[in-house]
Amino acid sequence: MKRRVLITGLGALTPIGNSVGEAWEGVCSGRSGIGPITKFDCSAHETKIAGEIKNFDPLVHVNKKELRRYDDFIVYALATADMAMNDAVLNIANDQAERAGVIIGSAIGGLPTLEKEKENILRAGPRRISPFAIPAALANLAAGHVSIRYQLKGPINCPVTACASGTYAIGDAFRMIAWDYADVMVAGGVEAVVCPLAVGAFNAMRALSTRNDDPEKASRPFDADRDGFVLSEGCGILILEEYHHALKRGAKVYGEIAGYGITSDAFHMAAPPPGHEGAARCMTAALRDAAMLPADIDYINAHGTSTPINDIYEAQAIHNVFGDQVSRILVSSTKSMTGHMLGGAGGVEAVFAVKAIEEGIVPPTINLNQPDPAAGELDFVPNIARKKDLRTVMSNTFGFGGANAVLILKKFQP
Amino acid sequence: MTLEVKVIELIMEQLGVTREECVPEASFVDDLGADSLDIVELIMEMEENFGIQISDDELDKIRTIQDVIDFLKTKGVK
Repeated sequence: MKRRVLITGLGALTPIGNSVGEAWEGVCSGRSGIGPITKFDCSAHETKIAGEIKNFDPLVHVNKKELRRYDDFIVYALATADMAMNDAVLNIANDQAERAGVIIGSAIGGLPTLEKEKENILRAGPRRISPFAIPAALANLAAGHVSIRYQLKGPINCPVTACASGTYAIGDAFRMIAWDYADVMVAGGVEAVVCPLAVGAFNAMRALSTRNDDPEKASRPFDADRDGFVLSEGCGILILEEYHHALKRGAKVYGEIAGYGITSDAFHMAAPPPGHEGAARCMTAALRDAAMLPADIDYINAHGTSTPINDIYEAQAIHNVFGDQVSRILVSSTKSMTGHMLGGAGGVEAVFAVKAIEEGIVPPTINLNQPDPAAGELDFVPNIARKKDLRTVMSNTFGFGGANAVLILKKFQP
Repeated sequence: MTLEVKVIELIMEQLGVTREECVPEASFVDDLGADSLDIVELIMEMEENFGIQISDDELDKIRTIQDVIDFLKTKGVK
């Protein structure tokens, strides 16, 4: 018997705002968080722009000793979990600890730590590697540290499914509660790899935009002039709670998780198949899980990375699944403003999906001057946010290796 | 800067503790909140800063700030 899963808290740390309020205000006003890279000397890199977290004081959330020991992605996850737990006004009593868990996905984990320690070996030999290198680098330590801070002794995991990791985390956490393995789950995704190796490696794949002279216009999903994605860092976290558990304590309820689908493309290590049939099957799987039809979806927060291939294939997949419903459904990509936070994308985009339902506002796809004709007729909510009462939002994320994940969220009705 | 002052500066930076907490008798584990990994990294910093090597056996015997200072002196560090 599947139990109902409600959303009772939100946290976000993004290039357009260091809180849910700031980030949501940012996407609604069409603000871009992309700028020149400041975190390292990128003069030799082809791409010199990224979406960086700005004006963030980590010492609000971790002490000096922890700051030395934790890679940035761990600090971001702790900060965002703090915000989400505060928002939920949730205290986990000792006897409830085993029924509360955490799943925080990350595509790459502590790559900056590995870069730094490699430099240590080259400079001074292996004896100079920090004893904290491994715990700082392992992707699951974001979830690990959140678990320690909040004494969450239930299920813990870290899905590693590239750009879909954050959605996988929320979907898997949804299932934990639905199937009675937990009553509360802290769930989301995080990434902090604006560093020489990651930017260089994505450049080597020709995946990144090189619009260095106009950073705020570089991320332009579905636009005919797009030339690749913009790498960003960030974290998004939802507090998920079982229906009765939430209502009994008078929790504020943002919405409900309706369904979750995951599929594999089985096609190519990085590229989707034409028409992205794996994504189409994934959207269909999520609809089936939610016992919904295409007519039930009001807004799709697209994966929309701004790469030449993803955007048209995703649009084709949407046409295939939704048919003539596309004349009614709004589709937008908030990556046009935040850039692509990799493992963090699914987490932050779920936060935006929840806020869209709560406030009846659909964030725009900015930088959309001329939609790619190959995407067909879709309402991409160009450049300006749209007021619309939403029953549901579908959130799409598709990762390298052909890992697809789709979440459906709905307005809460007791 | 004397050896004692240098050592305490390093400990303060590594363990995030205050100068007041760094009395000679302070135990790394019981008083300064250090775990085993903290101590390993602290010793690494000492090795790098003072140009010496500490074996695992010698490391086992170090419990307090005074132990570190005494050890460095036996290694000829001024």
